[in-house]
Amino acid sequence: MKQFTAHQGIVAPLDRANVDTDMIIPKQFLKSIKRSGFGPNLFDELRYLDEGQPDQDCSQRPLNPEFVLNKPRYQGCSILLARKNFGCGSSREHAPWALEDFGIRAIIAPSYADIFFNNSFKNGLLPIILDEKDVDQLFVEVEANEGYQLTIDLENQQVVKPDGSALGFEIDGFRKHCLLKGLDDIGLTLEHADAIREYEQKRKETAPWLFS
Amino acid sequence: MAGKTLYDKLWDDHLVRANEDGSALLYIDRHLLHEVTSPQAFEGLRIAGRKPWRIDANLATPDHNVPTTERSGGVDRIVDPVSRIQVKTLDDNCDTFGITEFKMNDIRQGIVHVVGPEQGATLPGMTVVCGDSHTATHGAFAALAHGIGTSEVEHVLATQCLITKKMKNMLVRVDGQLGLGVTAKDVILHIIGVIGTAGGTGYAIEFGGEAIRSISIEGRMTICNMAIEAGARVGLVAVDEKTLEYVKDRPFSPKAQDWESAVTAWKALVSDDDAVFDEVVVIRAEDIQPQVTWGTSPEMVTSVVDCVPDPAEMDDPVKREGAERALHYMGLKPKQKITDIQLDRVFIGSCTNSRIEDLREAAAVVKGKKVASTIKQALVVPGSGLVKAQAEQEGLDKVFLDAGMEWREPGCSMCLAMNPDKLGVGEHCASTSNRNFEGRQGFGGRTHLVSPAMAAAAAIAGHFVDVRQVNNA
Repeated sequence: MKQFTAHQGIVAPLDRANVDTDMIIPKQFLKSIKRSGFGPNLFDELRYLDEGQPDQDCSQRPLNPEFVLNKPRYQGCSILLARKNFGCGSSREHAPWALEDFGIRAIIAPSYADIFFNNSFKNGLLPIILDEKDVDQLFVEVEANEGYQLTIDLENQQVVKPDGSALGFEIDGFRKHCLLKGLDDIGLTLEHADAIREYEQKRKETAPWLFS
Repeated sequence: MAGKTLYDKLWDDHLVRANEDGSALLYIDRHLLHEVTSPQAFEGLRIAGRKPWRIDANLATPDHNVPTTERSGGVDRIVDPVSRIQVKTLDDNCDTFGITEFKMNDIRQGIVHVVGPEQGATLPGMTVVCGDSHTATHGAFAALAHGIGTSEVEHVLATQCLITKKMKNMLVRVDGQLGLGVTAKDVILHIIGVIGTAGGTGYAIEFGGEAIRSISIEGRMTICNMAIEAGARVGLVAVDEKTLEYVKDRPFSPKAQDWESAVTAWKALVSDDDAVFDEVVVIRAEDIQPQVTWGTSPEMVTSVVDCVPDPAEMDDPVKREGAERALHYMGLKPKQKITDIQLDRVFIGSCTNSRIEDLREAAAVVKGKKVASTIKQALVVPGSGLVKAQAEQEGLDKVFLDAGMEWREPGCSMCLAMNPDKLGVGEHCASTSNRNFEGRQGFGGRTHLVSPAMAAAAAIAGHFVDVRQVNNA
């Protein structure tokens, strides 16, 4: 997994609540059997004016000039500022894959849907939770200042603003550790293979019908 | 010490290892696979030189991409090349790793969440996961079931475990009796309307109370299926006689002595009387009427006798803006009557509502009637080959065909339009599926979520009608 320690980047504000994973990456792009290449179709229906198809050259498609990621001031952004319940809906991991492939390294929102939140960590994409008030304030500052950047310091669990002030955030210890080190979950779990086998042995005695 | 909730019991029964930071290794009894979220997981296994931990815990079937029109030509004849590759990849992966798969033209093939319970591959007390958020469906059997992402699919394949954290407990109790013509779908849509699309985030929701007890197992599956639309990854219903009756004698169900031991164990799969829930929501069954969604989130729902809400009357600015955007997308006006919404297509199917009872419910409404001339298409897509066969044995296919509806092969179909079944730009659809997100059923398509009975009644009228009045007429 991709390591995440600290990151500084341009912030793009996506000002709508309940952004669902169908919106992040529409279903026609889920037919790929690969993990990469979803970036050009991130937010496809919001980003382009036509209906996107798989294996299309997106550079030739008409862009929606109103959509935030198409605005010149947000080009090269790597931090997405979002509203509550970001990533609701389908469990498709293609959503964090698309965000990551586009170049997003971190998201800041007041809340996330559980599955999306979980999937993000598996892909080195950091979903940060901040208070709704702080998120509101960030929206104001991002929109008022072209080229607005934030620095995310995972080790110290801080989002640092351009003026040097910092907002602290909470993160689960195990996830933080995995992100900082870029660790692979499966390898870590297999270190406990004996515990898994022991559990199976006991379970076979108490619930044999689960193993027939 | 307080008693345990059903979720607490299922969690404790599957705990392999608790880590100091609150995360845990949870054992997975059943892993269901389909073609969309598994290819990258199998590829990951291959690259790392790993093998599935326990082959017999896995069961696969293609559902999202399969065509629902005549398909006797097999996978090689799937027209969309990208869909074809994905279905073939699942077949190849299952063959290579020795995983049981119900392939496209096997009569047991179908939507993974219909197939699992139908086969008895979903049992009470199990942990069930699948790379699909509607895995919550299986909670209707008091199984701890939820959707996972592709990295976790790979993790479960390789280790038979999931690294996870315990959720909080929520009880949604539906007291009293449901009115005539009010179905499980209306119950869950109403609940989502009350608690909101993020109301259950971080919780495992147990559905209880007199109304839930009175609902059939298939109805309970509909309710648990949409727990995720309320933000909860897990929906649960306690075991009762209906559960045992449904599970008995299914192909994968325990037999003979094992059955007796299993039943004894399963009877304990209820929340203790003194269990403490972090959150309790009480709903009166008599307040629930047939529901219709008007917006682009399942919480944007109201009853068929109501009107589209007016965003101007909403206090919360985020909610107001969301509603305005939704009405613009849906092409609806504030205060427009729900029954005035004209429809272009009707879809009866999906993991929410494609089981035999759903088809019976819809057939009872359309029997002897014709689909309105303004409806371009009314699709009925059974949830599995076995549901299809059962419906045909009961003559339901003829009822639908005589009414002018289409009778299709099993699959996810227009629920998410990954196959050729989809809405055109601006088209309104009465759909028995689970998500009304923008573009979900096709680019620019406008989805209204309803029960099978309501969808059937709408197909006949050409617009929404209160199915209770149709039945009484």
